[in-house]
Amino acid sequence: MSIKDLLDGEDRLSTTMGKAFLCERAVMRGKDIHSELGHLDWFRMNLFSITGREFSAEQVRLLNYFWVATSYPDPSIWPNHVASLAGSVRSTVSLSMIAGMAISEASIYGRRPERRALDFFYRASASVDNGNSLEMIISQELESRGIIYGYGRPLAKIDERIPHTLKLVEELGLDNGKHFRMALDIYKHLKSRLGLSMNIAAVNTSLVADIGLTVEEYQQFLTPCFVTGMAPCYIEARDKPEGGFFPVRCESIVSDNPKRRQWS
Amino acid sequence: MAKRQVYYSDFWEEEAEDDNPFAAKAAFCHGYDVYGDILEKATWFEYLYLMFKGERPTKTQAALLEKVAIALANPGPREASVRAAMNGGVGGSTHAASLMAALAVGAGQYGGSHEVFITIKLWGECRFDLEKWKSRLTNPNDDVRADIWLPIEHGPGFDPNGVNCPSVTLQTLKALESIRSGGALTWLSENRVQLEAHLGYPLAISGVVAAALYDLGFNDHQATMLYLILRLPGAAAHTIEQREMGWKKFPFYAENIELINDPGPKGIPNIEAFGL
Repeated sequence: MSIKDLLDGEDRLSTTMGKAFLCERAVMRGKDIHSELGHLDWFRMNLFSITGREFSAEQVRLLNYFWVATSYPDPSIWPNHVASLAGSVRSTVSLSMIAGMAISEASIYGRRPERRALDFFYRASASVDNGNSLEMIISQELESRGIIYGYGRPLAKIDERIPHTLKLVEELGLDNGKHFRMALDIYKHLKSRLGLSMNIAAVNTSLVADIGLTVEEYQQFLTPCFVTGMAPCYIEARDKPEGGFFPVRCESIVSDNPKRRQWS
Repeated sequence: MAKRQVYYSDFWEEEAEDDNPFAAKAAFCHGYDVYGDILEKATWFEYLYLMFKGERPTKTQAALLEKVAIALANPGPREASVRAAMNGGVGGSTHAASLMAALAVGAGQYGGSHEVFITIKLWGECRFDLEKWKSRLTNPNDDVRADIWLPIEHGPGFDPNGVNCPSVTLQTLKALESIRSGGALTWLSENRVQLEAHLGYPLAISGVVAAALYDLGFNDHQATMLYLILRLPGAAAHTIEQREMGWKKFPFYAENIELINDPGPKGIPNIEAFGL
């Protein structure tokens, strides 16, 4: 980047992504939205907007299930909790949903582990292709980073989503991809050596690696996925008395180091 | 040659460096040189007042705005907007996400900025007329059309869940009125008990701050923005604290949730074939 890029971009944007010719037509990635893409369901349209590619019926069904299977309307889950708080204080629908979505770009769950897990499968796969053993790759990852994202789960021991996902994967014939098989091999290794469990991030991202979404594409695809779980949380809190969502009394703020001082 | 697009502002101007049209060598806020004059001579709250109002504040106005900012700076971790932000801190969400959550939740009508928006409008309408206030506090919704904001459910500026007016609210009212008497803050002090008796619940901090912002001459939009901005420091500090404390010390409400229409277990697929 340089000042030349600013001068070049000041009055002109050349794009292949699209343009709205208002009152006439709209184009996305070289296709007329109304005439050429209007037959798509919204989910396929979303994938096309992110990638510019089309996917098989089986791949779309699997990706759709990722969204369905993360639609947990439980207000103890942090992004949902935010939506519930917003409903309880009568904020707007859009503010509530967007706040929850922003919160889901988290480190110990949500978007960061998913990106890291997918990145690991791509790196591990390339390393295997270069002749390295999976055991060595796992050891190196644990040695250098202390963690392999997708293995171990902070809030529960068994990830109930895995059996349902695997059943669907089998039905769809998507269970023989090399990244997915690698994910299972890594689980067996980590389970026997360190007693670690596999969580849904490892399953999903290995399957996504087989589908071929980049890390960036995967996050864009997943970003709204918690919204379906947030909506009922917002609605219920909104319909209950104002401020009534798990109100906290003063003595429920606990300090290990209480102190009083004078400002003089 | 494509059209050069421009943005209009009546309070902000910039002069470009000779070698770079995208870098400012001087910026002016309502005519004052920001980096050559204000930066050296003004306080944060004098500059803030200037930016919103277009003129330098009197010493009293600057002092009142600063005290409002102190009163608002940290609503505490029990308050919804701060709690929302902490949900970002504990999970390692981005810093901006925590503040976005604080803003989104803090925008609400129960103690949030939209309540201040409505209250400032009522100040413009009712001013110092007690009977008008009584009437509008019990009937605050005058537009029945559907809107992104649901009808407010309580008298704006008052806490429908309160018992007596909390000490910190009274301390805030007293402290702010001691800086600027004779206006809305004084009128609120003098009529608080009657208004509380009329509604059946006490004055809230949002009501005190709305009166102070009205005394400072801020309109509904200015007051709402300032209320949103000035409550962020506490959200930020508590977010950082929870990030450092970690999720094991943070409430997880699963065991507090009772599902009334549970359909019961439906079975889990057998996945032995996958070696799991």
